[in-house]
Amino acid sequence: MTKYLTGALASLAAVLLASTAIAQTELTVYSAIEADDLEKYAARFNEDHPDITINWVRDSTGIVTAKLLAEKNNPVADVVWGLAATSLLVLKAEGMLEPYEPAGLDRLDPKFRDTDTPPAWVGMDAWAAAICFNTVEAEKHGLTAPTSWKDLADPQYRGHIVMPHPASSGTGFLDVSSWLQLFGEEEGWAYMDALHENIKEYQHSGSKPCRHAGAGESVIGISFEFRASRTKADGAPIDIIVPSEGIGWDMEATAIIAGTANEEAAKTLVDWSVSDKAMELYNEGYALVAVPSISRPVEHLPEDFASMLIDNDFEWAANNRSAILDEWTKRYDGKSEAQ
Amino acid sequence: MSGASVQTATALPPGRDTRLAVDRDGWIKRFFVIVIGLYLVGALALPLYAMLSKSFVTYSFDLSRYEVMRSDAEGNWGPARSLAAINDELGRFTPQDLASNVNGRLAPTEFFPDFSFRSPERWRIRGLDAESHYLVGLDLIRSDEWRELDSNTFRRVNLRPLPKTGMDNYSAYFSNPALFGSIGNSVTIAAISTVITLFLAFGFAYAINRTCMRFKSTFRMIAMMPILVPSLLPGIALVYMFGTQGYLTPLLMGHSIYGPIGIVIGSVFFTFPHAFLIISTALSIADQRQYEAAESLRASSWRTFWTVTIPGARYGLISAAFVTFTLVITDFGLPKVIGGQYNVLAVDIYKQVIGQQNFEMGAVVSVILLVPAVLAFVVDRIVTRRQVSLLSARSVPFQPRPDRKADRLWLLWCICVALFITSIIATCQAAALIRFWPYDLTPTLANYDFNRMDGGGWAAYWNSLQMAGWTAVVGTVIVFTGAYMVEKIDGFRSGRTLFQFLAMLPMAIPGMVLGLAYIFFFNDPANPANVIYGTMVILVVSTVTHFYTVGHLTALTALKQIDAEFEPVASSLRQPFWRLFGRVTVPVCLPTILDISIYMFVNAMTTVSAVVFLYSTKTALASVAVLNMDDAGTIAPAAAMGMMIFYTNAAARILHAMASRRIMRRTQAWRVR
Repeated sequence: MTKYLTGALASLAAVLLASTAIAQTELTVYSAIEADDLEKYAARFNEDHPDITINWVRDSTGIVTAKLLAEKNNPVADVVWGLAATSLLVLKAEGMLEPYEPAGLDRLDPKFRDTDTPPAWVGMDAWAAAICFNTVEAEKHGLTAPTSWKDLADPQYRGHIVMPHPASSGTGFLDVSSWLQLFGEEEGWAYMDALHENIKEYQHSGSKPCRHAGAGESVIGISFEFRASRTKADGAPIDIIVPSEGIGWDMEATAIIAGTANEEAAKTLVDWSVSDKAMELYNEGYALVAVPSISRPVEHLPEDFASMLIDNDFEWAANNRSAILDEWTKRYDGKSEAQ
Repeated sequence: MSGASVQTATALPPGRDTRLAVDRDGWIKRFFVIVIGLYLVGALALPLYAMLSKSFVTYSFDLSRYEVMRSDAEGNWGPARSLAAINDELGRFTPQDLASNVNGRLAPTEFFPDFSFRSPERWRIRGLDAESHYLVGLDLIRSDEWRELDSNTFRRVNLRPLPKTGMDNYSAYFSNPALFGSIGNSVTIAAISTVITLFLAFGFAYAINRTCMRFKSTFRMIAMMPILVPSLLPGIALVYMFGTQGYLTPLLMGHSIYGPIGIVIGSVFFTFPHAFLIISTALSIADQRQYEAAESLRASSWRTFWTVTIPGARYGLISAAFVTFTLVITDFGLPKVIGGQYNVLAVDIYKQVIGQQNFEMGAVVSVILLVPAVLAFVVDRIVTRRQVSLLSARSVPFQPRPDRKADRLWLLWCICVALFITSIIATCQAAALIRFWPYDLTPTLANYDFNRMDGGGWAAYWNSLQMAGWTAVVGTVIVFTGAYMVEKIDGFRSGRTLFQFLAMLPMAIPGMVLGLAYIFFFNDPANPANVIYGTMVILVVSTVTHFYTVGHLTALTALKQIDAEFEPVASSLRQPFWRLFGRVTVPVCLPTILDISIYMFVNAMTTVSAVVFLYSTKTALASVAVLNMDDAGTIAPAAAMGMMIFYTNAAARILHAMASRRIMRRTQAWRVR
């Protein structure tokens, strides 16, 4: 009975949808691309493929991931275009991704693709940790500019640093997992113990710390490079610092959701997503894209930016995420605010 | 004599008890009660049940369902052994260690202390059935075939926890201080905010109802302003006022606004109108004779206050306290914006679900958040049931007497509160118009260019308007029809009681909990209603349900004022009930119907908690956009969007006031006669 009812309602919905666009294939694309870039991405894609209409479902990384997982048994999305690779690894471990080898895959930097053949996902561009340092407020408090992660543990910064909460922000987790990889487990946790003494607040988004520092609410915001350059462009008195030890990074990536009804159109989109034209599009906002020859430096970012990325072990980070977050929460969460 | 004997001789056997036959109207009304009752079951009871059962889904590693074989370098295979057997031998993990969550991983190399990834040994692993899945790297293996791996690959194998039913999530919750510490935090800020709000609101309501202070209507208007904005807007204003760069920061004397102080100040702001309305109603009813009696007994005004005024307003105060407490403890927007490191329950749900994709733990926190809200609700019900009418036919309405000195003091009190409220709104307005606080103070409209920001752009605003409109129309129809049927039906006692219970329930359910429950219920592919998931319909349904109770109570109050004789008269004139409903009931109750719809509209514009889990990109909402823009750190556009909600609600209120006045004149003339 319920089955028939579902069928009836679904076909009704399908009829309603179909009547709006005949001969067009509609793709439901989940994404965490910046809001102001969505239309641009769809428009560039439609220049080459006018017969495919993209229906965006866009939200922050955490919400899109939660949504995809919640819909695991009944996927709505056809394609994920522009979601953190770490999130796609979670989906892969749930068996939710359809492996596909897009045309021109061999041009991609091997770091920017799933190691399986055919790959479950392909990368687009990288975004990496960066420090936003408010020069005006620093002068008021007589603080010197940090140059490394280790510098941030210096007592002079006590109560002046904000960073994203790793349990609610992908950028926060990227920071924590990169410190554990850079310094090793034991030293990594010791470093975070010291850093915790200086932290003013763990915030629930990766962008907010840079905005916070940019507005002078704090002096130092641990954030990521894309948000940092935008904040600086908006007129915030900040310097963008790339710590000398190297920086954690993640990439935006593309994948087909297993069980999609629009497989051909989905493959067309993934093919396009690694084309030169797409890479040039990504490069307008991101310094480092998946095809190395196309990467060009972006305003406000140091030129040797690409060389600062650490050798990030995504599989290790994904499989240890739960354990790392448990340990982090035990150590730093729920404690009274550091003064 | 003979007549009497005839009577006894022909005595009839006792017949059946007389029962009123249910006529067609009765059946139709029953039908409506059942339909709207079923709506409440589907939109409230079943989702809550789905959430409750989710909180009992636990994950743990079942070692007995995996087997491993190991070969030496020459390729001689040892026996297949279950991991459980190896664990028993080694004593490596206790059952508690094996409890996990949906994201848990366990490497089988843990069971081989001498494991080295460089060793030339080879390994075989299998699950005993297809359900016992595991990962090689990140590839999910769901097969009971043996899989042979070299040591370097075996290192990358991880077991996945399997679902079971049990209480483990709750024990995990209470053994984690970072989580259960939030209970104390939530209760603390709710209690402090309640005390402060009650204190301020009581003074304010007293001044308006019991003194001859001037500017009463202005103050009344200002007091209602916070209801027109989302609860997180005061958080944004407080950053500008008391943040590191705030213009009033020195007032905090070194304390940080990010944390309990910010939450409490903001909570006082957004709960003030609710407390004020309830207390004001309680204070508006008083019997002059009691005060005259007190005076003739030479009681001091202080004594009169404590023995006459306070007892008279007692129930209003208690009711206001519970409403305020529940509002604060279930609010999510404000602590998210300004709570800093101060963990509270509502934000924990968000962190678990959105941050860690741990839906089970999110459900556990939701169940815990239900406890104080339900308790407050039950106590409030018990208290209001005891309430007896203060006014009898012989009462003389209280008339305040002018008292220059006292009136001036009350005026001062009201000015302070009004300043507090207006300064927060004004700060938001200023924030929305400044280019880059605090470094570039040139005025700009750039912050209203929402299409360039996170959160859904101007489309979100139009969506909100559409959603609020639908909620007002659909909600009012459902709520009023339901209240009418349940009030004017004859008999059907059990059905009515059940309906009343369902209609009161939403008051005790925090929006956050409702939203999460909707995900579990409506996103289930086996649920035929899942087609509404991700559409405007689910937003309207959740909002109507979330705000059902107040509308229902308002409608009941109005319906009870209509003489119960109308129904029998209409039915004896052979008029169907719907003609009576259309010609008498609705016109008489029109002001109330308008009140319900404006209530639904305003709340639909400002609500965040229920819809934050339910909106999709096509149905992004303005109130959620405020949250998301603040999340992205673009705080000035967040303030601008918050002010858009404010203007809209203020305009809706003004339209409502004008419409009410006209309708009053046209349809309510009978009241004055």
